[in-house]
Amino acid sequence: MESVFDIIGPIMIGPSSSHTAGALKLASMARSILGETPNKVRVHLYGSFAKTYRGHGSDRAIAAGFLGFNTEDERIPNAIDIATEMGVEIEFLPSNISVDHPNTLEFEMTGKSGLKIVVQGISIGGGNIVVKKIDNYEVNLTGNYETLITCHKDHPGIIAKITQIISSKNINIAYMYVSRLEKGKDAMMTIETDDYITPDIYSALLKSPDLNFVKIIHKT
Amino acid sequence: MNSVTSFSTISELVSMAEENCSSISEIVLSCEAQKMQNSRKEIIEAMNQRLTVMKKSIEKGRKNYSYSVSKMVGMNAAKFDNFMNKNSILGKIVEKAICYALSVSEVNACMGLVVACPTAGSCGILPGAVLSVSEEMNVPDEKIVLSLFTAAGIGMVIGKNATLSGAVGGCQAECGSASAMAAAAVLELLGGTPSQIGHAVALALKNYLGLVCDPVAGLVEVPCVKRNAFAAVHALVAAELALAGIESVIPPDEVILASYEIGRLMPKSLKETSEAGLATTSTGRKVESMINNL
Repeated sequence: MESVFDIIGPIMIGPSSSHTAGALKLASMARSILGETPNKVRVHLYGSFAKTYRGHGSDRAIAAGFLGFNTEDERIPNAIDIATEMGVEIEFLPSNISVDHPNTLEFEMTGKSGLKIVVQGISIGGGNIVVKKIDNYEVNLTGNYETLITCHKDHPGIIAKITQIISSKNINIAYMYVSRLEKGKDAMMTIETDDYITPDIYSALLKSPDLNFVKIIHKT
Repeated sequence: MNSVTSFSTISELVSMAEENCSSISEIVLSCEAQKMQNSRKEIIEAMNQRLTVMKKSIEKGRKNYSYSVSKMVGMNAAKFDNFMNKNSILGKIVEKAICYALSVSEVNACMGLVVACPTAGSCGILPGAVLSVSEEMNVPDEKIVLSLFTAAGIGMVIGKNATLSGAVGGCQAECGSASAMAAAAVLELLGGTPSQIGHAVALALKNYLGLVCDPVAGLVEVPCVKRNAFAAVHALVAAELALAGIESVIPPDEVILASYEIGRLMPKSLKETSEAGLATTSTGRKVESMINNL
């Protein structure tokens, strides 16, 4: 609890900070990771989301997140209809599979460009979230910081190269996390920074032949 | 007040206010300004925005003739609004506290705009208590906004030393904390001293110890909405007891630690899992299966 507005706030559409506002934030973060509005999303609902998503309007909040609405947007109750009108197809699939955290969601997204990404995350209360998985990579993203996500070849010097570019712009790294599926193949790195990640960092990183995915998610 | 940067306990908050001959709201405000490096004006404006949302949700709720998705909640605030001026046995401030708390909480359940304070499930308590008192006492908005900082300061201490989450500490963590926050805010509106505010917090929270979180079908509706009305009045009682000079034998910080201990000892089935209590009554079960078949 850092700010008074963590206690008197957020301003949000009800009824539940973890099941409505948090669900929206997870979907919105997933959309930012995809980098575009999805065409199609399969939403897997686990734990208490599976049981109570209709009553808490989590389904509408998730649709609102994929449309880029914020937690106080009064269109949230109608977001499913709005998504349908905009050609965003969302399927809700409640699951009985047991999960580590009681409020877990997984989004299988297909972007308008054909890009497919799976994002899994948890809603930890008070509208706060943590993204736990991007495709098969483990991550730990809260969305409370400027965030850089890279997918790169897992070989010596690559991490130094990326952080070098960041430090050359005088940006302070708050947290970073590297995850790989297999030694020497591809790895994913997530970096959360205190300072605004400027567009020139994005272009500098894209020039590197070792990076096959670069995404910047700005703090909202 | 340059030395003031942070507080972790109610007793620190009270003694910082006393030493600086200031109010608790001023201490909270000045800590926020230093920590977030924002101007006083910006912070007050951000709080004022929240007050505006609270007022709007009260106005919306008392005229609301819709129901939540489950149909368990809706129209109660409107019903009470219609009833209170004619038939109520309670005084004006208490009537309004009930009506406003119901309004905000119903707007929340019906997917309307609210301010979580500290949570969405307890969002009616603070506005219900604070706005009923300030309306009847003609308190100007600037002063109401300041009282919300007092409430926030109390919530920050509870969050730091115990919990504000129903899943961790039961309903005492949500509605109990909201009621303690509201009692503090009301007392500041009524000119209570920092030490009296500490006692109001202790009195309000003490009487909420042990309250379970057993929502029917897992929704923020039953017992939450009506409980918001009770808790708003509960805050007024605590504020008035403290204003009369009545002290809590157990100091507020010890009550907060006790609430945390009780929360941890409470069975998981009674902490927002809907595996016991009201949620598993035969009617609770019926509602649950109805929701699952929606």
